[in-house]
Amino acid sequence: MNFELTPEQKAIQKTVREFCEKEIKPIAAKIDDEEEFPWDLYKKMGKLGLMGMTVPKEYGGAGIDRLSYMLALEEISKASGSVGITVEAHNSLGIGHIYEKGTEEQRRKYLPRLTSGEAIAAWALTEPNAGSDAASIQTTAVLEGDEWVLNGTKHFITSGDIAEVVTVMAKTDKEKGAKGISAFIVEKGTPGFEVGVLEDKLGLRGSRTAELILEDCRVPKENLLGEKNMGFIGAMNILDRGRTAIGAMAVGIAQAALEESIEYSKQRQQFGRPISKFQAVQWMIVDMATEIEAARLLVHRAAFLEDHDIPFTKEAAMAKLFASEMAMRATRKAIQVHGGYGYTKEYPLERFFRDVKLCEIGEGTSEVQRLVIARRLGL
Amino acid sequence: MNIVVCAKQVIDVSEIKVDPSTKKPVLQGVPLKISDIDKNAVEEAIRIKEKHGGKVTVLTVSSSDAKERVKELLAMGADEAVIVSAPENADYDVVSKLLAAAIKKIGDYDIVLGGEASIDLFSGQMGPRLAGLLGIPQITYARKVDAEKDKVVAERDVGDVVVTMESPYPVLITVTKEINEPRLPSLMQILASANKPINEWSMESLGVKELTPKMETVEVKGVSMERKNIVYQDDVDEAVEKLVDSLAKEGVLR
Ligand SMILES: Cc1cc2nc3c(=O)[nH]c(=O)nc-3n(C[C@H](O)[C@H](O)[C@H](O)COP(=O)(O)OP(=O)(O)OC[C@H]3O[C@@H](n4cnc5c(N)ncnc54)[C@H](O)[C@@H]3O)c2cc1C
Ligand SMILES: Cc1cc2nc3c(=O)[nH]c(=O)nc-3n(C[C@H](O)[C@H](O)[C@H](O)COP(=O)(O)OP(=O)(O)OC[C@H]3O[C@@H](n4cnc5c(N)ncnc54)[C@H](O)[C@@H]3O)c2cc1C
Repeated sequence: MNFELTPEQKAIQKTVREFCEKEIKPIAAKIDDEEEFPWDLYKKMGKLGLMGMTVPKEYGGAGIDRLSYMLALEEISKASGSVGITVEAHNSLGIGHIYEKGTEEQRRKYLPRLTSGEAIAAWALTEPNAGSDAASIQTTAVLEGDEWVLNGTKHFITSGDIAEVVTVMAKTDKEKGAKGISAFIVEKGTPGFEVGVLEDKLGLRGSRTAELILEDCRVPKENLLGEKNMGFIGAMNILDRGRTAIGAMAVGIAQAALEESIEYSKQRQQFGRPISKFQAVQWMIVDMATEIEAARLLVHRAAFLEDHDIPFTKEAAMAKLFASEMAMRATRKAIQVHGGYGYTKEYPLERFFRDVKLCEIGEGTSEVQRLVIARRLGL
Repeated sequence: MNIVVCAKQVIDVSEIKVDPSTKKPVLQGVPLKISDIDKNAVEEAIRIKEKHGGKVTVLTVSSSDAKERVKELLAMGADEAVIVSAPENADYDVVSKLLAAAIKKIGDYDIVLGGEASIDLFSGQMGPRLAGLLGIPQITYARKVDAEKDKVVAERDVGDVVVTMESPYPVLITVTKEINEPRLPSLMQILASANKPINEWSMESLGVKELTPKMETVEVKGVSMERKNIVYQDDVDEAVEKLVDSLAKEGVLR
């Protein structure tokens, strides 16, 4: 048992922290307010290796381990949830699926531009009528000659409108349910591939959430990603990995709320003393700190299992479930510690609170995580 | 162009708290880092190397384990590191002699770079002492360095004026923090730095016999600032006059 990070992991954490303090934190409120997508920032992050973190070097990635990825994502999300989810969806889902399931040709063709931050990847499973019940998707793909013809509507797709490459899950065998779904690579600009509405969201307003419409969208035969009819199982593997990352994102946002609360409570005077001297305030902060530590350990352990090729589905679901629900509690308490000020945009607490809610929904709701865990417990 | 950069590991002075009862700085648990201005020196060395090729060696004399911090400099782009272990009570004299001995052992160098001063003690002595011991020209407080093929041109920031100087190689240069913005290493560089050599040298291996510090630290105390809390409430003209008087008496106005 060893809870100490390796020197490389520490160095990665420190570097990303410094980068975020300098480049992301100062613009985080603006990104949220103005629903801005700062391309320059993502290009800078690409140079640093943050846009292809766990992808090996030969495809332009940084080649860091999963635990280091979690450390980096925590730091990024601590500075801005919007940037956090964008980086997470790009790394875990968009790039993740192409790297994990792609052929050598597909990897070489798509990954270098994506890992360098020149272009963003998206991943489209959810549809208006298929969320938690993802196997019930209605988008279809039919092989006609050398082309797959895709028809259907995807929605809630992170970075869907700006992505250069989108992985789309579609039915290839209507009779077979989950075992009749395949994944396809669709490039921006392919005729028949259109962007629909953009969501107007509670939080993560600096991330894009788009509807994608496929109407007789033809992609070459070789754009099938992974085996035919194995796309749903592939997607579930990808989501397993993404879940730990959503946990790291939640821990990052909660950590930001904690640090703000500690600082504020020491400054704010009421009844002739800093409010940090009141036990009621101390206990709120102490509970935040303790639960953050617990969530972080769950995230690190799930990542450790991934790094050591040990099954991690249950642990990843637990990490996401606990971390996201913990972070909701923590950001709520952080507003409480700040009193009326916490309720205003003068302080970032309300943003943390809005942003972190997504962690209980995206990549499987809390209920779906419980469902996954229940199955693993043999219930 | 072979460059040796002297970089010191210091405690992060911004994290030091002063115990109000004893006025002593609390050093326990304060993180260590590479002195900020020395990082500028490393950045400058890497830029010169990027232009002319060659090798950048970072050199640290330290009484505590400096490996982790030195790795950051290797990740930034330095090629090799040398850490010389020093006794706990090493003073400027001892450290400069150890640095000089190590630089002589490293041997083939064109430029020795360092910060104008370290952020902990800020004496600014190390550069000049080292140039003296090595018997090479020095340019201190450089805010701009142009390394040309057979000479270096540097702008020295000496307060009110800027002096432009030229020197042949080898030369010792200390830089100010305005000279550049130290880069953050990429994740790829951090991983790659794990394989770069870190040489650990002892005093004995440098052939340095016993060195007796010439300076003794008697006490370290936090600075406490106390306000005089004088308020002038008379009419404005009179108040201004009194204020100017007081400031003059305090030696603030000349
Ligand atoms: C900001 C944002 C970004 C997103 N990005 C992406 C993306 O990049 N790609 C992508 O494919 N999708 C993305 N999604 C979609 C996301 O994965 C879904 O919203 C999520 O899976 C939930 O689906 P749903 O919204 O249809 O809710 P529903 O499935 O309709 O769920 C509604 C409620 O019913 C509960 N529920 C449903 N089924 C059960 C059950 N069996 N037992 C108990 N409770 C149940 C849910 O837990 C939830 O509380 C994103 C969503 C958001 C909001
Ligand atoms: C939208 C909005 C509308 C408002 N409208 C009005 C209005 O119309 N008129 C008006 O007069 N005011 C109004 N207020 C102010 C509101 O009443 C105060 O925000 C509230 O009383 C809390 O005070 P505070 O914000 O200064 O927080 P603080 O008093 O600084 O409290 C910060 C934290 O410290 C805790 N704390 C403070 N003292 C103690 C203690 N002794 N023991 C334990 N914990 C303690 C608090 O519970 C809180 O968690 C409004 C505020 C908001 C946000």
